Amino acid sequence: MSDTETADLETFRNETRAWLEANCPPEMRKPATSDADVFWGGRNAKFSSEPQRIWFERMRDKGWTVPDWPKEYGGGGLSAAEHKVLRAEMARIGARPPLSSFGIWMLGPALLKYGNDAQKKEHLPKIAAGEIRWCQGYSEPNAGSDLASLQTRAESDGDDFIINGQKIWTSYANYADWIFCLVRTDPAAKKHDGISFILFDMTSKGVSTKPILLISGYSPFCETFFDNVRVPRSHVVGTVNRGWDVAKYLLQHERAMISGMGERGVGRPLGQIAADSVGTDALGRLDDAMLRGQIARFDVDEAALAACAERAVDLAKAGQAHPAFSSAMKYYGTELNKRRHEILMSAGGVDALEWESERSRQGARPRAWLRTKANSIEGGTSEVMLGIVAKRILDLPGA
Amino acid sequence: MALVLTEEQSMLRDSARGLISDKAPVSHLRHLRDSNDRTGFSKELWHSFAEMGFAGLLVPEEFGGSGLGHVEAGVVMEEIGRTLMPSPFLATSVVAASALNRGGNSAQRSEYLPKIASGSLLATLAIDEGAKHRPLHTGLQAVRAGNGFKLSGAKALVVDGHVADLLIVAARTTGAAGEREGLTLFLVNPAAKGVAIERTIMVDAHNAARIEFANVEVNADSVLGEVDQAAGLLDGVLDIGRGAVAAEMVGLSEEVFGRTVEYLKSRKQFGKLIGEFQALQHRAAELYVDIEITRAAVMKALQALDADVATAAPAVAVAKARAGTTATRAVQEGVQMHGGMGMTDQFDIGFFMKRARVCEELFGDANYHTEQLARARGY
Repeated sequence: MSDTETADLETFRNETRAWLEANCPPEMRKPATSDADVFWGGRNAKFSSEPQRIWFERMRDKGWTVPDWPKEYGGGGLSAAEHKVLRAEMARIGARPPLSSFGIWMLGPALLKYGNDAQKKEHLPKIAAGEIRWCQGYSEPNAGSDLASLQTRAESDGDDFIINGQKIWTSYANYADWIFCLVRTDPAAKKHDGISFILFDMTSKGVSTKPILLISGYSPFCETFFDNVRVPRSHVVGTVNRGWDVAKYLLQHERAMISGMGERGVGRPLGQIAADSVGTDALGRLDDAMLRGQIARFDVDEAALAACAERAVDLAKAGQAHPAFSSAMKYYGTELNKRRHEILMSAGGVDALEWESERSRQGARPRAWLRTKANSIEGGTSEVMLGIVAKRILDLPGA
Repeated sequence: MALVLTEEQSMLRDSARGLISDKAPVSHLRHLRDSNDRTGFSKELWHSFAEMGFAGLLVPEEFGGSGLGHVEAGVVMEEIGRTLMPSPFLATSVVAASALNRGGNSAQRSEYLPKIASGSLLATLAIDEGAKHRPLHTGLQAVRAGNGFKLSGAKALVVDGHVADLLIVAARTTGAAGEREGLTLFLVNPAAKGVAIERTIMVDAHNAARIEFANVEVNADSVLGEVDQAAGLLDGVLDIGRGAVAAEMVGLSEEVFGRTVEYLKSRKQFGKLIGEFQALQHRAAELYVDIEITRAAVMKALQALDADVATAAPAVAVAKARAGTTATRAVQEGVQMHGGMGMTDQFDIGFFMKRARVCEELFGDANYHTEQLARARGY
């Protein structure tokens, strides 16, 4: 980096810091503690508080709901280096993301790479502005880890496709406005070759959803049914029957998103949370030597993973990243997050067992613990991730 | 700062790799071991190191060095780790050079640093005394005598202790074992009366010594830094050493892993390549992830040392702890996946296992550094 670039970046850092100080409401400078704290956007979106609305609108107006997207699509047009600075400055004050969205994390990157002009102009600005909330139609009852064996079919009918079938584990399908969906357009082709990636409105005739009650007592996922849903052919992203390319590319982004799900580096350190319930000895150390050791090992691994996530971004910027590296990060990040919540349950002891009470915030801790068990399943299981590392990065035979 | 090597650092890596892989492959260590070499390293290679500017890599330019940083030292250490080259680089060019540069007065710096940079002086830090690395438990006594001090006690795991021209000895001038106050560093001539050096042949066939000090007289000028106040200086110097050893362990782990993956792709059993078995694929993939994460943590620590040694301790603790567990896993999987061949002396993989064990003890093992992180975070 040249001296001028370094100086420009310093100016950007100072301006960003000042802007965030002036514009991020104090209430938005602590981690979200419940679903209501997270703003997902969409046609029926409601803000849970005034600070949430103010924070979202100010960030949207700067294009910073999607800081590194081009300005013409409602993004901030930031360079990778500037984006890194913005993330660091937001982390410095603990600022929450103003908008959470599968459109931002998953569909957007895929549209930027595979979408045509009309699709980009139609969908990206609405994602950036939080106007449309998206869901992901990937898994099916008989296509989980073996995703490419999916059977939902789309039959050609003039300028349209007619879609029939069922998806499962569709996150927040009951709240979503649109879906990006994998469908089989050529049943005769080999399983990876007859798939298309298509977009449609969830209010289309023939679409219905049914929430699935999970072990956490919540229903973040749905079964989604398609009964003769008519979708214009122009809604296919990329080439018909080449949807698997788009699907895989999007999965890399999904895996990067899931690997970052742990609340890394925000909030109070685990050791202090544990001290609240377990107590400390005369030297101020956690009064449970084995738990203390578990937490310390976790902290070592968490700090190391944070460095690796930072390095992954830097490698991508330098053009040295392996495209399958997100699978490695997804594997480790989700397993680590499960460890974190096992420790939290152990640290909380009896208090962490309450399921329904004001005191326990309706069982927030055990419900979160149970939710994390899905981390190493959704978006590709840990075993699938290890298989991808073995095959695509290590080039092991027959994998 | 980006967690990738700059162009200059990549060039440094290429030149270090070129020299080391050419002149000091694992067979070099094997030869030194099997010939019972008296010095345990190659003087000729050390001169090449000096000519290429590696010996004085951390020495400021005003003292004839290259004036580079800890990331660069890590680059060289990583290459050393790949071939297990026995070299004075760690003890002399990283640890002793940092102690002298950070703690020395102008006379001490002018006397010793140029000699380190030219490759004509070998130096080492004598710190450990017991079975485990516990710097604050230093008990070697230094009592005032006339204009100077008399040193009495014993040191263990003094790297290159049998070939060093200068010993930097951690001693207790006041206070009790475990206290930060009362530690002092002394520059001691190994030929001084009362110094008894026993070379210890260790499991990894690298160089170390046990050294006894029996009323060894040193004058006041031989104090490095301030009397009773060495703890802060030691913290920094040890962290620099820890970062360097962690980098060596990354190189070692990657090399073992690379050899193991190649073996999985060439060894056949049950009519197929053993790398086709999912049980081995998943273990190899897990190890790959572990090494990548550790590499990033080590790079982060080395950059933290370059930014400010005084605030780098938590990052260094993470790096050395991760390097310890990762290298241990890498060498164990390496031997296991090589099967019976991995158990033979003829095969190189065992050399890596032995060196990893020594690196794990050097400047504190994974348990030690995990404990340090817990303390730093206040629980």
